Order: sequence, then structure tokens, then C-alpha cells
Amino acid sequence: MTLLHIERLTHFFGGLRAVYDFNLELQSGELVAIIGPNGAGKTTIFNLITGVYRPTEGRIVFKGKDLIGLSPHQIVQSGIARTFQTIRLFKELSVLDNVRIAHYARAGYSPWDALFRLFRFTAEEDRIRQEALELLNIFKMVHLADTIAKNLPYGQQRRLEIARALATHPDLLLLDEPAAGMNPAEVEQLMETILWIRREFHLTILLIEHQMRVVMGIAERIKVLDFGQTIAEGTPLEIQNHPRVIEAYLGEEAIL
Amino acid sequence: MMHPVLKRWGLPLILILIFPLTIVLPATGLINPYIDLVLKYIGINIILTISLNLVNGYMGEFSVGHAGFMAIGAYVSSLLTVLVFPDQAGPFLFPVALLAGGAIAGLAGLGIAIPSFRTRGDYLAIVTLAFNMIIKSVLENLDIIGGPRGFLGMDKLTTLWWVYLWVIAVVFLARNFVFSNFGRGVLSIREDEIASGLVGVNTRQVKVLTFVFSAFLAGIAGGLFAHELQFINPRSFTILKSTEMLVMVYLGGIGSLGGSILGATVFTLILEGLRTVLQQLGISQEWRLVVAPLMLILLMLFRPRGIMGLREFPFLMPRSERPEALLEHKRRFIAAQAEKGGGS
Repeated sequence: MTLLHIERLTHFFGGLRAVYDFNLELQSGELVAIIGPNGAGKTTIFNLITGVYRPTEGRIVFKGKDLIGLSPHQIVQSGIARTFQTIRLFKELSVLDNVRIAHYARAGYSPWDALFRLFRFTAEEDRIRQEALELLNIFKMVHLADTIAKNLPYGQQRRLEIARALATHPDLLLLDEPAAGMNPAEVEQLMETILWIRREFHLTILLIEHQMRVVMGIAERIKVLDFGQTIAEGTPLEIQNHPRVIEAYLGEEAIL
Repeated sequence: MMHPVLKRWGLPLILILIFPLTIVLPATGLINPYIDLVLKYIGINIILTISLNLVNGYMGEFSVGHAGFMAIGAYVSSLLTVLVFPDQAGPFLFPVALLAGGAIAGLAGLGIAIPSFRTRGDYLAIVTLAFNMIIKSVLENLDIIGGPRGFLGMDKLTTLWWVYLWVIAVVFLARNFVFSNFGRGVLSIREDEIASGLVGVNTRQVKVLTFVFSAFLAGIAGGLFAHELQFINPRSFTILKSTEMLVMVYLGGIGSLGGSILGATVFTLILEGLRTVLQQLGISQEWRLVVAPLMLILLMLFRPRGIMGLREFPFLMPRSERPEALLEHKRRFIAAQAEKGGGS
């Protein structure tokens, strides 16, 4: 089943062409990676999918619904969650609150219920707290529930960001360079985590990553971007041997 | 250990026990009229500070024209008690007048919030500044309600016990709002608005809702203020009044109810203390006007988060949100985990 269908996606920043004619067909349950040199337009694609930018041209259809023109929170509600290249936690808030905020759309009470603490409010708040703690428990972070997010070590902040994204109950998870700044041991653990949450939460995952070990290790399909354009597409093995990719990207790595 | 009943009902019990004092003490002259007045000012200022703190402290937006909402609440409630409500019913309908003043102020807040929050950025400061000035000139040019001479004829309906009850109600409602899904949305906007939308928070809804609630509270405070002074004029609600509110917020602490109470109390006492000192020294009272802007500058430079910035007294939190409750939840989870681990 096609979960996400992107057609002729094009985006300009003024005169700069950030993304040009990007097409993607994502099947339910797939794990696909987008790679490419810095400035190739990868994060822009994520920003277009999640409604941060409105594309100059093109179509984005998720579960048969057109996403263009929807605001970010509506897109999240339809089942897309993401993490960020540079960590964007709610720094001054507790770990628990970071996760609870992601329950916003599914809290079933009105401002009146909240202001006067009516029954529906208490019941829903209990449920949200319970679910948030369970999620933190899965990520082995429940003992950190009252820690202020900015005080967490870097690796834990990355994990919390993933937990927060999962709290919105997504079908599609967009991971933007999750291994950035991690040491080899942490990267190893991250790869396991990604495969594990994909199984556990029945996720489809779209991944942006620079570390080839991660991409070649877990992605089933890879798209390579350069200057906003797709230059290659295929399985990890095909990509590794693709002459244009080696030229544009892997060539530098090969020298190293 | 404190007795569990006392722990559960201690705070409400204290508040109930204080209530008769707020009636008896001023009536019997045990506290003189001046202290009675200062206490009422502190109460009104607490409401104003909580109102502005919701927008500037909790949400991280910047409103500089909240005196405009206060003015609307003051004029609407005064017009109701003086011109609309029958004389004898005045004291009984006083809460209705205040709520109506708050509601109209809230409506004005809605009118400001919808266009201001349509775009991202710092438009709110400019819009609220303009709003404050517009309200003042409109009031000055409306001759039916006194124009620049002001409006009078209100009975002294703002008693200490009324202020006391309103402060409790406002703190209670603000607390419930802050410690809810919507309140967490407000905090997330302050922390990172983009990320907030991308975890599903309807940021526009939250911003508009918070602003309207804030304007409503400022309107209530305005009504209490008007029925204490028994005379209002447009000059009572200038940018200087808005600046005083800013000082109380940034003095007490952003994003904190305890801070709001503290900030309002300390600032009111400083201003009143200064009155006496200036009088003693024979210096013009005009110098009091310098205090608020000067304090604002110093606070922004040296202590931008204020005394209680981003912290809260546990007794002002709902029980389920207090540190000890969270600790208990954590402990339960970890215990359950250990049990599972031991059993396998």
C-alpha cells in the first residue's frame, strides 16, 4: 500500500532552487533513506512534507489525502512525525512534559474542562500521564521523567526527541540525521533502536543521514540528491556502485 | 509527617479561615483605611500580573498594552453599575459587572489576537502598543462617558473581601489553565514554536486562547480598580500603567504564579513606601513615575527571569503535578519494571 506519494515536488527560496522535481513513492512499512551532500535539499523536503514550507510546485499525498496547504499540526494529526537535524527539544521543560506536549492533539477535553477541572479533564490527564510514562519506560528514560530536558546528555536528548515524535502516534516517521554527533557505540545503538521502534510501532521511516554505516546498514532503498535534484535511486548495493553517486558524494569518502 | 487530611485540605482551610478576617479587620478598624487600600492594590496588581505573565512569561510573546484591556474592564463595569443596574442591586450585581467588563476586554483581546498571531514575529508588541494608545484616545474623545475628565459615580464596591475572593479565583483558574494541555502548549510555544507545531500543537489556537484569557483577567482587575477609586479617567490607563505591569511580571518572575504574586506585592509596597519617603524628604511625588521604567531596564539587564523565573511554589501546583507526585509515579514504574525483571 502506498503511504506517501510525492510528485514533482519543487521549491524555490527566492531565486535559489532548493528542491527540483522530487518524486517519491513510499510503501507502508518501508525504511528509505535520502542522502546527499550538504545543501542538497534533504531537510527542505522534510520541511515541505511537514508543512513548515509550502512548496512552489508539486503534490504530497499521504494516506490518500493531499497535504499541501495544511498547517504542521494538522499534518502531525494525520500521522506524520519528525525529529530535527539540530535537536529541538523544549529545553526548559521536563522530560515528561516534552512527551506530554506531543499528546496535545489527542487530549479530549475543552478549555472549560481544564479551567474548572471537570471530570473529563482529570480522566484525560491521568491517561496522558500514564501513556507518556509508558513511552518513556520503553525508552528506558522513566527515571529521568522530572529532569529538565537541557540537562540530559546528548544521546539521551536524541532518544527523547524520538520518543516525543512517537507520542503523536505516527504512521510515518521522518528522522533528520539522527546519528549526527554520535560516537560509534551510540550509532550502533541508534541503528538497533530505529529497527526496533519500526517493528514495535509499525512505522514507515524516511531517513536523512550522512553516516554511511547507518544508511547502508538499515535502509532498504536510497535516494541520492545533489543540488536539489535526484541523481540516483536504488538499493544500498546499487547506490554504492553508482558512478554518479561516487562522483557526487561517495567519491570524497572513498579518498578518505 | 503532616496529617493526610491536613495535607489535602490544609490550603483551602487556611484560605477559608482568612476570609472572615478580610471582612472583620477593615470593618472594625483593626487595620486602618490606608493599609486596607494597599492590600486591595496588591490584590488587583496580582490579577494584572498573572494576566500579563500568561502572555509575556508563559508564552514568551510580548504585549506592552495590557492597560488597554484594564481600561475596557474598568469603563464597562462602571457604566453597568452606575447607569444600567438599579441602585439597590449594585452590591449584588457587582460580580456580574466585573465579569461583563472582563468579557468585553476578552472580546477586544480576540480582536487583537487574531490578526497579530496570523504571522510569526514580533508584531504583537507593536499592535498592543497601538491598541493601548487607541483605547486612551477613544476614551478621551467619548464625551458621553466623560471624555478626558473621566467617569465617576461608582459606589465603593471593591471591598477587601471581594478582592480576596477574586484573587483566589483568578489564581485557581490560571493554575488550572497553566497545568493543562493548553498550558503545556503555551510553554512549548515559548520554548520552540516551530517544534511545537511539529509535535501537533495547534499553535494559533493556543495563542489566541491564552491572549483572550489574559485580556479577560486584565478586564476584571480594571473593574475592581474602578470601584475602588470611584473615579476613572483615560490617563489612568496609559503606557505607564502597562509598564508597571511589565515590571511586576519581570520582577516576580516569568512563567510563575508564585512569581506574579511576589512581584505584584513587592512592587506595590515599593511604590507605596516611596510615597512616604518622598513626602518625608519633601521631594516631588512625580519621581515615582521614574521608578517603573527604571526598574524595568535594570531587571532586563541583570535579572531578566525575575525572582521566581520558570519556578513554582508546590502549593500553587495541582497535587498531581507536584514534585512528590511525580516521584511517586516514577517509583511505581521502576518497581513494576524490577518485578518483571525478577520474575523472568
